[in-house]
Amino acid sequence: MNSNQVLVRVEHLKKHFPITRGILFQRQVGAVKAVDGITFDIYRGETLGLVGESGCGKTTAGRTLLQLYLPTEGRVTFDGADLTALKKEELRRMRRRMQMIFQDPYASLNARMTIARIISEPLRVHHMGSHEEQIERVQELLHVVRLNPRFINRYPHEFSGGQRQRIGIARALASDPEFIVCDEPISALDVSIQAQVVNLLEELQEELGLTYLFIAHDLSMVRHICNRVAVMYLGRIVELAEKDELYDHPAHPYTQALLSAVPVPDPSVERQRQRIILEGDVPSPIDPPAGCHFRTRCPLAAELCSEEPLWRDLGGGHFVACHTS
Amino acid sequence: MTPLLEVQNLTTRFHTLDGIVHAVNGISYTLEEGETLGIVGESGCGKSVSVLSIMGLIPEPPGKIAAGQVLYRGQDLLKLDEAQMQHIRGHEVAMVFQDPMTSLNPVLTVGRQISETLTVHLGMSEEHACLRAVELLGMVGIPQPDDRYGDYPHQFSGGMRQRAMIAMALACAPSILIADEPTTALDVTIQAQIIDLVKTLRERLGMAVIWITHDLGVVAGLAEKMIVMYAGFIVERGNVDDIYGNPRHPYTLALLKSLPRVDRSSQEKLATIPGLPPDLLGLPPGCPFAPRCAYEVERCRQENPQLAQIGRDHEIACWVDVTTGRER
Repeated sequence: MNSNQVLVRVEHLKKHFPITRGILFQRQVGAVKAVDGITFDIYRGETLGLVGESGCGKTTAGRTLLQLYLPTEGRVTFDGADLTALKKEELRRMRRRMQMIFQDPYASLNARMTIARIISEPLRVHHMGSHEEQIERVQELLHVVRLNPRFINRYPHEFSGGQRQRIGIARALASDPEFIVCDEPISALDVSIQAQVVNLLEELQEELGLTYLFIAHDLSMVRHICNRVAVMYLGRIVELAEKDELYDHPAHPYTQALLSAVPVPDPSVERQRQRIILEGDVPSPIDPPAGCHFRTRCPLAAELCSEEPLWRDLGGGHFVACHTS
Repeated sequence: MTPLLEVQNLTTRFHTLDGIVHAVNGISYTLEEGETLGIVGESGCGKSVSVLSIMGLIPEPPGKIAAGQVLYRGQDLLKLDEAQMQHIRGHEVAMVFQDPMTSLNPVLTVGRQISETLTVHLGMSEEHACLRAVELLGMVGIPQPDDRYGDYPHQFSGGMRQRAMIAMALACAPSILIADEPTTALDVTIQAQIIDLVKTLRERLGMAVIWITHDLGVVAGLAEKMIVMYAGFIVERGNVDDIYGNPRHPYTLALLKSLPRVDRSSQEKLATIPGLPPDLLGLPPGCPFAPRCAYEVERCRQENPQLAQIGRDHEIACWVDVTTGRER
């Protein structure tokens, strides 16, 4: 991994979804601040984990990064090109280099298309090769994701969850991308199947030199697969560090609580672990608390926390946004 | 002494158009007063069907409890009629389901749904039941319970709905609480809250708990005894320390190895279990795990092993000793 080479740079990215009233004359009465100013780099060849609880904006962040949602503010630079400034056609051509794997392998494959059509769709969209070449490529891709190339004319319902996720991966690989956003690719799968898919993703990364943004809520799996991890809470990144640094020395009180809440499959360890039980629920992203978004649930909250905390470098690429840590 | 709950040779099948689905295939276990039992397995392994059978909640047809006994304090629940079973449910054995949104009635207030249990089961007056419901909501940690009594389920967050479900389950002080993946739909920090709550209530009320989950981490911190299920069979049974510390069934072993851990850095690849779980429509004659098993010997494909004792209170259903790799 060349840690100096930035492939994706995200700067102050915001995505607010407007809330409107009225039918004929719609006026905006508020906004869901799903992503509220996030900044990070993704290095070429690495896997950056983006973790957080449901509703924290991690999926929106991934989609906005790929320009599937138009950002409200901020900039995304991919290999030197500012995606937010690209013209439609230029962006379309750029999309070939960045793909996405979705969470739900049951909803993300068109039930009326054969596997061949599903996987070759990116090739058709980007006019890559003749029909014969495309079919050949699909067979090659099925082989790459360890599925039998004979399955080419079957439909999605003939496959299990794990196999469908492989089809989703094959589709993402079709246009030979450099960067893939994996949006909870294993959370819909059974435990014994998860490891199969994770290993496949790791092998593909080695073989093809891929860069991943791995969005997940399973913190154990993220520790396994990622190089660096960013923790999101209510639309913002609260901490980012190299994975062992983050898991062994979490600095933000939210990260500490989140990590302590993950159960460990070992009764002797479990008996000794101290859990930080957070009070209450995540506030609404329509009207997040002023200053630090976490202060309403934070055990260390002080008066200072009503001011927005700065994104500080604790050294060695360990960043945190907290007044108290 | 008779155990609190004794399940013997429980067998549940579903008669479908495609054939007979063998969901639960002769499982037996016991639960003592105040004890917590974890039932672990992947989707389709029969863990939910096994407890629904205990509660008499299997729709017949297509379902059918083909054999077995469920002895609650010595009384066979499978022989009771619906009215008697109504009394057992809620009163003696209560259940909390996975999805707190679909298991609450959206058009009744949360408080009403709890107080209804009290008026029906305990014959309380409306007023008395209302007061008790507020008390229960407070007990499960819902802030301002008297204000929240009149809220509808959609006004509650996921974690709060699950708390309300627990309040409802505990309304008649049951001796057994069955929780069917109660935290699967919740975030980890909320899961930690719910587990913490159940632990506190268990000690305070002295009830036994059956906790069904696919998450091996949750069981490790919560249960004393556990059962690992695969394809409708119990493949390993014992106390949690023995099973996590010394897993002896190849499936348990593989499952534990395939899990990364949040408290450890790992560089190696995850161990995987090849293949897929079997189709319960037509189980092979031998051990159901044999096609995916790393320790398979010839006998495994012909004969399905019965649960056999391998240590004090530790049983496995396997022909092979995983410590030597040879037939036992």
